[in-house]
Amino acid sequence: MNLLRLTAVEALKKMGRGELTSADLTEAYLAQIGRHDSDVFAYLKVTGESARARAAQVDAGAGDRAPLAGLPTAIKDVLCTRGVTTTCASKMLENYNPIYTATCVERLEQAGIVTLGKTNMDEFAMGSSTENSAYGPTRNPWDLERVPGGSSGGSAAAVAAGEAIWALGSDTGGSIRQPASLCGVVGLKPTYGSVSRYGLIAFASSFDQVGPITKKVKDAALLMQFLVGKDPCDSTSVDHPDKIDLPIDRDLSGVRIGVVKELAGEGNDPAVKAVFDQAVKALESAGAVISQASLPHIEYALPAYYILAPAEASANLARFDGVRYGLRAGSASDVTQMYEETRSLGFGEEVKRRIMLGTYALSSGYYDAYYGQAQKVRTLIVKDFEAAMNDVDLLLSPTSATTAFKLGERTADPLAMYLSDICTIPVNLSGLPGISIPAGLADGLPVGIQLIGKAFTENHLLQSAHSAELALGFDRVSPLIEGQD
Amino acid sequence: MKYEPVIGLEIHVELSTKSKMFCGCRVEFGGEPNTRTCPVCLAHPGALPVMNRQAIRYLTRIALSLDCDVPEKSIFHRKNYFYPDLPKGYQISQYDQPFAVEGILNVGVDGELHRVGIERVHQEEDTAKNIHAGESGRIAGSLYSLIDFNRSGTPLVEIVTKPEITSPQVARAFLNKLKNTLQYLDVSDCNMEEGSLRCDANVSVRPAGSTELGVKTELKNMNSFKNLEKGLTLEIERQIETIESGGRVVQQTVHFDVVNGEISPLRSKEFAHDYRYFPEPDLVPLFATAEFVDEVRVEMPELPEARAARYMETLELPAYDAEVLTSSRELADYYEEVLKHYDDAKTASNWVMGELLGYLNATGQELSDFKVKPAQLAELLTMVAEGKVNAKMGKEIFAEMCDSGKDAAGIVAARGLTQISDQSELEAHIDKAIADNPKQVDQYRAGREQVIGFFVGQVMKATGGRANPQVVNELLKQKLAG
Repeated sequence: MNLLRLTAVEALKKMGRGELTSADLTEAYLAQIGRHDSDVFAYLKVTGESARARAAQVDAGAGDRAPLAGLPTAIKDVLCTRGVTTTCASKMLENYNPIYTATCVERLEQAGIVTLGKTNMDEFAMGSSTENSAYGPTRNPWDLERVPGGSSGGSAAAVAAGEAIWALGSDTGGSIRQPASLCGVVGLKPTYGSVSRYGLIAFASSFDQVGPITKKVKDAALLMQFLVGKDPCDSTSVDHPDKIDLPIDRDLSGVRIGVVKELAGEGNDPAVKAVFDQAVKALESAGAVISQASLPHIEYALPAYYILAPAEASANLARFDGVRYGLRAGSASDVTQMYEETRSLGFGEEVKRRIMLGTYALSSGYYDAYYGQAQKVRTLIVKDFEAAMNDVDLLLSPTSATTAFKLGERTADPLAMYLSDICTIPVNLSGLPGISIPAGLADGLPVGIQLIGKAFTENHLLQSAHSAELALGFDRVSPLIEGQD
Repeated sequence: MKYEPVIGLEIHVELSTKSKMFCGCRVEFGGEPNTRTCPVCLAHPGALPVMNRQAIRYLTRIALSLDCDVPEKSIFHRKNYFYPDLPKGYQISQYDQPFAVEGILNVGVDGELHRVGIERVHQEEDTAKNIHAGESGRIAGSLYSLIDFNRSGTPLVEIVTKPEITSPQVARAFLNKLKNTLQYLDVSDCNMEEGSLRCDANVSVRPAGSTELGVKTELKNMNSFKNLEKGLTLEIERQIETIESGGRVVQQTVHFDVVNGEISPLRSKEFAHDYRYFPEPDLVPLFATAEFVDEVRVEMPELPEARAARYMETLELPAYDAEVLTSSRELADYYEEVLKHYDDAKTASNWVMGELLGYLNATGQELSDFKVKPAQLAELLTMVAEGKVNAKMGKEIFAEMCDSGKDAAGIVAARGLTQISDQSELEAHIDKAIADNPKQVDQYRAGREQVIGFFVGQVMKATGGRANPQVVNELLKQKLAG
């Protein structure tokens, strides 16, 4: 049996029945990491020793199993883990050891997970290819010459490579869904406020959400059960109004799905469009009521996002000043020079670019024209989604207009890179939940489709995504997992 | 030409809540540096602020006491700037939608009432404290700087007046009245030395009667009432001199040197700050519902005016007494504590206003350090009322109590000060006085009755002032008549 093919739900069942130990499962994943991570570079840090200890602990307490006991999990390095280096893939935090653990990680640890390590990402979650990591790029397990997407590229690649049974990512403009799409796995960005942000190193506070990256939709639902809920440490978190169940096997009868015309058309790579059109047909065959939907202001989503998110980031990243923790440039003779040298040395190009963008957008005299205007656009997009969802239950689009691109292909052109997230960014502006599931392959590379739900309807969204998954019947895994059959 | 000053004040008040504004760390002055900190007030990555409800209740009390309008919704903003005492690189504050607006505080100066408008009252958080190592304690020329984050994130309320204050005296009276009010509200220690009450002043001058505002300068950190008045007076003089000599006032921050009493422009490379305010995405809007505001209104402590009125009405004190006693909450509380053990309100008032305040004034002591507890003063007053000691002696005993903190009864016992009312003991002294002074006896018997005062004096002298004057009088009359 290839343990790397087991979903979390399946593995949990086997462990519960005594057919599988967490130690064996954990060893299988650690072995895969040992075999392939020098190529893939999904992990910034592998915590093998503590993972083994934890697995042994879980196995020893077999009678009284925690709900997620023994599942080998990868954590994006944007989440603080007490005593375990948390770098955000930045030189700025090269040796930073948090003094506390993020609420969402703590909840999962209480539920029994085994943490395998911290995954690579674009520095401070700014990027769409994981090439902006200060420690080197992650590679796509389907084709090592290509990027895994980003910014949660390490987490998506880990799941796709069989280096973790599932993973946590964070999504500000598509950072869970786009790499999930490019790596052929499932990625959910929950409704803003569903999952605590306490301990998530902030990029853009009004967009950031933590969510699952998994092999199958059912696993995402299982993980979500333990992620959601109000956290007294995060004022923007709420109690999820809808209980999340594990989806059941059924078709899409009666589910009304609107295809977003502005995202489903010629802007997509033809091979991607072909897979997407095929997928729409498959969903229709499974009983979905397909219609066309429109988001008329969507062309302004990207520019608005690239004002608002950098504006928030420019303030969020001000704390990295060399005073209390992290990098401090040594040679400065006064405090201003120390700030300048530390931040020049500690931040990468893209991070600096966004800090500059955001600082400019908030500057006196420019605020109304940029930040103020972008907020208005955000309101229009929220209204667009409300209107579009009046008559349908879900919206549908490709997750990414292209499949995984080659390393270096877009690094010289920031705008081309920003366009990678054109399908996912509007969802962050609206705060709605969105999920990417694999729909097929184009030229041997995975293509994902994105389903968007109404606020706090994750339960319905996950059930529908599971039904869609059944209808699409995509059962391929990356060559790195296939190789272990 | 005649000029008139226009002054506006910006006051920062540290709230005396148990915990900080956005985290659970304890609020307390001083202590071992960096012991009351956490990921939030140290701005560790990923930490988020959570609003302190108690602070918002205190803020509401302040807003209500200043008769402000409290809009139902206010929001927090980030005020961005880099400084080592500001760990997040921004201060969470309020900007264009503050908690409360359009208030008023009336101030009396020399019997004249001045109405000072309040522009806004908003909530923010305090910074950490930089400590510069070096002789001056200032950043220029220091060897290195240390940061104590214990203060970081302490709830801070900013109160901004309208530019409606017409003289340094009114400014001082305003600050005094505000401090008193805040103390009554029980929301802050208002200790200017420890920095829990801080005041900046904006000041400009203009030709008397003009309605346009002149160019203003800012006086920062006026750390006492006296310095506020003095600094403003000097700065107003400087501005008038500048204009009179054909110059122009430049908008800038000026420094008032308390030691040499001089005003000088702040030597600084500071250029106009662009704080890049934007709405704080980590906090939800603050809703002060009518129910919430009413709830706070009900629990509002009694304010000085109300308390003074009560003293006049139920304790029948004169207006002057009522005003003096309520001039600080601490004093009024002290007075009321005395009345719990002693029921002659006017006598108690006389002692508190006369003896107690006299002692504090003479020694420069604060009431909080005063050794005589209200119950101890009440005991002394009871002894005087019961005739155990006379009033004059009572004052001496009080002075000793102030110095030592001892009880009146103890001092009386130790010094043998109890009044002598015992007839047989007094008779011996009286007989001696009569025997020693035959000339005065003759005068008395010849009809000069006032000579009796001479004999009382002799007996008092002999008893060290302890003789009960009434008893002595009675006995003398009998004996001299004989």
